[in-house]
Formats: sequence, structure tokens, C-alpha cells
Amino acid sequence: MRPRERPGRGRLHRGLEALGAAIVGAGEEVGRFFFILYKTLFWTFRRPFDLREWARQMVRVGVDSLPVVGLTAMFTGMVMALQTFRGFERFHAEGFVASVVSLSLTRELAPVLSALMMAGRIGSALAAELGTMRVTEQIDALYAMATEPIHYLVVPRVGACTLMLPPLVMCANGLGILGGWMVAVELLGANPVVYWQRTFQYLELNDVMSGLIKAAVFGLILSVTGCAKGYFTSGGAEGVGRSTTAAVVMGSLVILLSDFFLTKILF
Amino acid sequence: MASAAPTSEPASGALAARPKIAVVDLWKAFDGKEVLRGVDLDIVAGESFVVLGGSGAGKSVLLKHLIGLIHPDRGHVIVDGEDIVCADPSVCLRIRRKFGMSFQEGALFDSMNVFENIAFPLRRHTKMTEAEIADRVHECLELVNLDGVGRKATNELSGGMRRRVGFARAIALQPEILLFDEPNTGLDPLTSAVIDSVIVHMRESLPVTMVTITHDLRSAFRIADRIAMLREGRILAVATPDGFRQLPDPYIQGFLAGEPLEEEA
Repeated sequence: MRPRERPGRGRLHRGLEALGAAIVGAGEEVGRFFFILYKTLFWTFRRPFDLREWARQMVRVGVDSLPVVGLTAMFTGMVMALQTFRGFERFHAEGFVASVVSLSLTRELAPVLSALMMAGRIGSALAAELGTMRVTEQIDALYAMATEPIHYLVVPRVGACTLMLPPLVMCANGLGILGGWMVAVELLGANPVVYWQRTFQYLELNDVMSGLIKAAVFGLILSVTGCAKGYFTSGGAEGVGRSTTAAVVMGSLVILLSDFFLTKILF
Repeated sequence: MASAAPTSEPASGALAARPKIAVVDLWKAFDGKEVLRGVDLDIVAGESFVVLGGSGAGKSVLLKHLIGLIHPDRGHVIVDGEDIVCADPSVCLRIRRKFGMSFQEGALFDSMNVFENIAFPLRRHTKMTEAEIADRVHECLELVNLDGVGRKATNELSGGMRRRVGFARAIALQPEILLFDEPNTGLDPLTSAVIDSVIVHMRESLPVTMVTITHDLRSAFRIADRIAMLREGRILAVATPDGFRQLPDPYIQGFLAGEPLEEEA
């Protein structure tokens, strides 16, 4: 029997082929991400500066996302207060609920959850928008009008996400802490003055700053991922759908992975 | 397979001058499939040049090479003596400003209305005031017989109107070269004739070189000074419309008569 016909060998070949294709595919994704990132940085400081487009994107990313991010943070703060109160009650440490809520929100929960919500809201929208422009030749039309699409489309979007995520997270911090306070004081009967003091007693500027740095990096990651997915879309309407889904999935994954490394660096 | 040697004849004796666009030995493959296989073309300043070819012949790919939207595997595209293939990005952008391009479905920006679409290149590349921009947009819309639609959203336009707005946007910056990608595809014969008459009118009114790719014979003969036949990534022949009809190549005769060669049937 010729080796080619052995079923085991065939399976091995197919397995290796699939593995190779997956590695090449992953390499391509990484390459596209860094290609868009490099081009974005290259074009950010070049004229003309389209201030109107920057402002439009900042409103879209920042102001329009405030309700979603605010609600997420507020309920997270409420749940945190409820959970930690029930837990800490067991060893009579209810007094530390406020500190746990404020620290966990500012250092971790507000930036990560806001970024994940934004990956769903903005990352997908960027991929769909740029993907549709790609398949309807609008991106080619920009090139044809001697306008670099990265400069006109990607730079303001990535810039807006990177700049607007920290203020959004700042609002999320405030609303999350407020949510925790409401539950602890109104529902669980904690002393409002003590709760308020404990909220800020162990909170340092570094905690807030590290959360804001994370937020800016997450904004950069989710916008570059969304733009890269949209920019390299092919295959018509179905392709746009694929890019949109992939932008959310990949954006969320990269946010969670980079969160670990950022935490390691910043702490 | 293509067998006839490329034939060529001048448009109006102007061919002796340096060509506006010279395509030299252009090759391009996608995923191992060769789409262009050594295309050579000279396009003279001021002429209306049409590239005819069937579906999948490589027409759109060829057109996108002219403006540098696609990078060839081999070969050169020389515009006014400058090679757009080897040019660095800033030179490439400068060369592209000589072009205006109209896309198959118009490729209008759907986040803008008609006025903003046409004003886009003017705002981007000139220091014109808003009043001057409004005048220029009005002028361009008038030239394509669409005066008064400036406030319409792009999704309110018919197929033919979208193409014409695309033409208006392409001429806004007064380009030296106009490229048309299948301007008649998907249009009824009457709208198609209107599009052709707009192209002819633009050609008569503007000092431009035009390159059109199409598979529509009637349109090609209406608008062309010279016609090239592209088949399987190669130029079969270049001729004036009258000369084109007389070419003995069996594929071209079959294309004109709407009868495929036996090998393709």
C-alpha cells in the first residue's frame, strides 16, 4: 500500500494543514492590526487635520456611549456592594465594603467593563461602517480622490476612542461608587458618613490613574481592531457581517489579554 | 486562447506625441490566478479610450492599476512621464490628483448628501470658500444634467443618477484624466444612452483624457476615439471604432456578433 493512501497519514496531513492555516491566519490578523496601528500613528500628525470629523467621532464615542457605560458601571457598583457586604458580614468586616467597591472599580472593573461594552458598541460599528465602505468601493473612491483613507477615516475614529475612553471611565468610576453607596446605605443600612470616608480612605491617585491608562490603551485596541477588521473586509454583505462579529470577539479577547499584562506592568 | 497579435492604429495622428498614460508589460495575479498577463497600452492626451472585454477579462483590475489602487506584480504605469508604480506615497497622491474616477455603482459616500459628495474633494484639496464650492458643485451638476438634486440623500437617487453624481464628483477638481468603470452596467438602454450622451458632452466641454472600461458595445462605439480589446489579461487589438469592426480576429468578430467561439461555448 502506498503511504499516501494510509488513512492515518491523511488525517495527520489534514491536521497539520489546518494547524498551518490557523497559524498563518493568526499571523495575518496580527499583521493587519499592526499595519493599521502603524499607518494611524504615521498619519495622525499630518495635515489636513479634520477637526469637524474628530469632533463628530468624539461625540459619537464619548457622549453617545455615556448611558451604556454609566448604567453598566452603576449596576456593577451596586452588585459589588451587595456581594461584598454579604461576604464581609461573615467576619464582621462590613466597614470595608466601601473600600473594596472603590478600589475594584477604579483599578479594574470600570476600565475593563467599559472597554468590553465599547468593543460591542463602537468596535462593531467601526467594522461595519468601514467594511461597508470597502465593499461598496467608497474606500477606493477616497484613494481615487487623492485622500488617504487611513488619514480621513481611521485616524479620527482611533483618536476619538483613545481620548474618550478615559473620561468615560472616570464617569463610570463615579457612577459605580454612587451605585455602591446607594445599595450599602439605602438597602443595607450602612452609615453614610462612614461609607463615604471609607470609599476614599484607601484610594490613591495611582489607582485611578492606572485605570485611566488602561482605558486609553483599551480604547486604542478596540478601535484599531474594529478599523482593521472593517478596512480589510471582502466578500460583500456576508463579509461585512463576519468582520463585525470578529471585531467584537477579537477586540474583547485582546482587551482581556492585555488587561493582565497592563495590570502586571502598572502595579 | 488568444492568438491574434495586437494591432494598433493612431487616433488622430497625435500618437507621435508622448502618451498621457503608458502601460508597460503589466502583470497581476490574485491567489495564483493571472488576471493581467503583460498588458501594453498607450493612451494619448485628449482622446476617449475604451477598453472592451468580457466578464473576468481583467478590465476593472487594469483600470485600478492606472490610478494606483492596485500594485502590479510586474510592469509600469507611466502618467505624464512619472511611474505611479514606483512612486513613493506622496508622489502617488500628487499623480492621483490628475485623475477623476467614476465607479461602477457610483461609490458615493452614503453618510453625505449629493452636494457634500461633490464638495468633498474641493474641501479636501482646495482653499475655496463655501460660496466658491457651492458654485463649482452647481457647475458640475449642471454638466451632468442633474441641477437641483444637491440636497438629496444618495439613497434617494436612481442608478443612472448615482452614476451621474459620481461623474460630477470625479470632475469637481478639474482632472486631466477621467476614468469610468463600467458606466452602463445594470442600466436600461435609455438610461444607458443618457449616460453615454453625458460622457460625450463632458468630453466635448472639458479638456480631458478619458479611459472607459465596458462590455457594452453600443456604448463603446458611441463614446470612443479608440477601442482596445482585452481578453484573458492581454490586449488583443487597439483600433478606431470603424477599424475595430473590420478586425479579422475571430474572438473580436464573435464579441461583436454576440456569438462565443466554439472553445468558449
